[in-house]
Amino acid sequence: MNESSSAHVAPGVHRAPRQDDPPYQRGEPVALFIPCYVDQFFPTIGQACAKLLEKFGVPVVFPDRQTCCGQPAFNSGYWDEARPVIQHFCEVFADQRWIVSPSGSCTAMARVFFGHVDPSPQVVEVGRRVFELTEFLVDILGIEDTGATFAEKVTLHSGCHGRRELGLVETPLRLLRNVKQLEYCELPNIEECCGFGGTFSVKMPGTSLAMGATKVDCILRSGANVVTSVDVSCLMHIGGILKRNEQAQHIRAMHIAEILAAGV
Amino acid sequence: MNDDKAKHLSGAEFWTDQTHGLCEPHGSPSLAASAERSSKHNRQIAAEIPYFESWREQANAIKRYALMNLDKLLVEFERNMAAKGAEVLWAADAEEANRHVLRIAREHQVRSVVKSKSMVTEEMELNHVLEQEGIRPIETDLGEYIVQLAGQRPVHIVTPALHMSAEDVGKLFAEKLGEPFSAEHQRLTDIARRHLREEYLRAGMGVSGCNFAVADTGTMVVVENEGNAGLSTSVPPVHVALMGVEKVIPSIRHLPVFLNLLARSGTGQKLTTYTHLIHGPLPGKKLYVIIIDNGRTNILKDPAAWQSLFCIRCGACLNACPVYRRTGGWAYGWVYPGPIGAIITPHYLGFERAGELPFASSLCGACGEVCPVKIDIPHQLVHLRHRAVNEPSPMRSPLERLMWRSWAWMMKGPRRYALTMWAVKIGIRMAKFLPWHPGKLGAWTRGRELPQPPAAGSFRGWWRKKNK
Repeated sequence: MNESSSAHVAPGVHRAPRQDDPPYQRGEPVALFIPCYVDQFFPTIGQACAKLLEKFGVPVVFPDRQTCCGQPAFNSGYWDEARPVIQHFCEVFADQRWIVSPSGSCTAMARVFFGHVDPSPQVVEVGRRVFELTEFLVDILGIEDTGATFAEKVTLHSGCHGRRELGLVETPLRLLRNVKQLEYCELPNIEECCGFGGTFSVKMPGTSLAMGATKVDCILRSGANVVTSVDVSCLMHIGGILKRNEQAQHIRAMHIAEILAAGV
Repeated sequence: MNDDKAKHLSGAEFWTDQTHGLCEPHGSPSLAASAERSSKHNRQIAAEIPYFESWREQANAIKRYALMNLDKLLVEFERNMAAKGAEVLWAADAEEANRHVLRIAREHQVRSVVKSKSMVTEEMELNHVLEQEGIRPIETDLGEYIVQLAGQRPVHIVTPALHMSAEDVGKLFAEKLGEPFSAEHQRLTDIARRHLREEYLRAGMGVSGCNFAVADTGTMVVVENEGNAGLSTSVPPVHVALMGVEKVIPSIRHLPVFLNLLARSGTGQKLTTYTHLIHGPLPGKKLYVIIIDNGRTNILKDPAAWQSLFCIRCGACLNACPVYRRTGGWAYGWVYPGPIGAIITPHYLGFERAGELPFASSLCGACGEVCPVKIDIPHQLVHLRHRAVNEPSPMRSPLERLMWRSWAWMMKGPRRYALTMWAVKIGIRMAKFLPWHPGKLGAWTRGRELPQPPAAGSFRGWWRKKNK
């Protein structure tokens, strides 16, 4: 992580990997955590994750009793309801040393917020082992080129939880820059929220949509025809707005895993 | 300002106001643009300084120390300030502080008061109280003056008239002051200056806030850009300064880091135009310092919330907040808007009146990134949400509780999960054919398409097949 990008990260941030963590050993299995909405609505993102990790010789497992990280209830204030879901998560992943998820916000939930709801060591410890996909590829495996080819103009939306809670600024960029034939388009005001915010999107829909409209304007200005991100939830919101915008019919919202796995 | 007091204190109006008035989608373009510009400018200014981050850490540590030793430091400040001839008074709440101000005003037969910008006087509704006693308060900060003339509330804690364009101000001055219309900045400033100069000479009392109260030297620090605070605190025969208990810092040695941070985070300046260090009354004049609690020690008691008292009222979190930019300040229903308002107002007014505020955020964290004293606003917001749904508040809803409880039940096992997802997918497939969408579904589809589940099935189905 370069210093300038992490200089203004909010306090209380847990940044991985921690100095005292033993490094990833070749052959160690990696468990996929596929968030519920990805599992059901965007399965190809999960498939791309599995494909990418397997390509680099990582044995992938999928503990199939997994459900959700508890974030929707947690962010809505319902911690007592989030707690059993978090505990279920920790039971399912208890034996896994490396957990990888294609979502910045679910990763932040596990790594940063699990301890707020249940500070017991087993919960905090499991939460600490969760990594976002691009973070795992770059920071843990040391891979910056996945060998992908993707002949499109692509812009990157930076999800807030990944950016500010985990300090995920550089890893998706580095990976995208090495994709063959990909033309990277800078997104104006990249640090601005897209307006999704989980239940915020339906509790304050007017404000959420106004923020989304600004984001879509920036995407149009970038000149890209694909908008990508490490966060599926932001893309679901942005993609939903793009579909209603006549000027934006040529733009697709696509998760970064699918680009990194394209042509691999 | 003749606003109905009850309305002013009615707590958050987010849910009713979010679609009209100052609030988006037809919000004030001037406010949105100015706040965004300031925020960008502030970030550039901060980025120019390699040790900005260490300043923030120092400021955070000093505030932490000061609040942990509030009992000693406030008494030390009182002793040193009193030794210089000022009268130091204490007020447990806004009412008591108002009683002090009125008593002083009566003693000195005050007819009009010139006020420099002070947020704590907004908490006290001081203007309203003075008016009721037949004393005329005149706001002298240009933004406050404009807002007062318009009969409005400030929309921002540093730039109160951020929602108005120069044209709006020109029209206001023409209407209220009988001046020829102009939208030229210099001309508008000249008009305000001409009117205000007379008020300084006429006023029997000047009221100011206090940015920092230095314990070891008994110094009161007021920073400003327009010269109005200098005039308000020195021209009238009596100066009354109001400060919250959290304004105290241990030593004059700690002041520079705060001056650096406040100017840069507030207005993007390296230093404010004027920094007044007030050491007791001017010769032949009176100085009263009123130290106000008004709910602050309640926050201090709460280990999850006390760091919100570190706030130095710079407004950086407002400018950085995408929600504030679109709704403006009034939507927050009380004195402090934006992210800082969302975390402190519930403590001041109670969750029953302001429990909605912590939900007025997408939790993007921009506020925490810019806060010069490193208040962890984003995490405070989720903690307060947790309180708001568990304590008496507009956000405590048995129906929503039931919904999350069922959700938790469904997410506790893979079979229940599969069943739930199956039902959700059917619901979403059917939603296409409904003429309108109820509740939260309708809120989503108001401006967004719903994602459609792919025919190929789920990830876990694919995985099972792949690994057979």
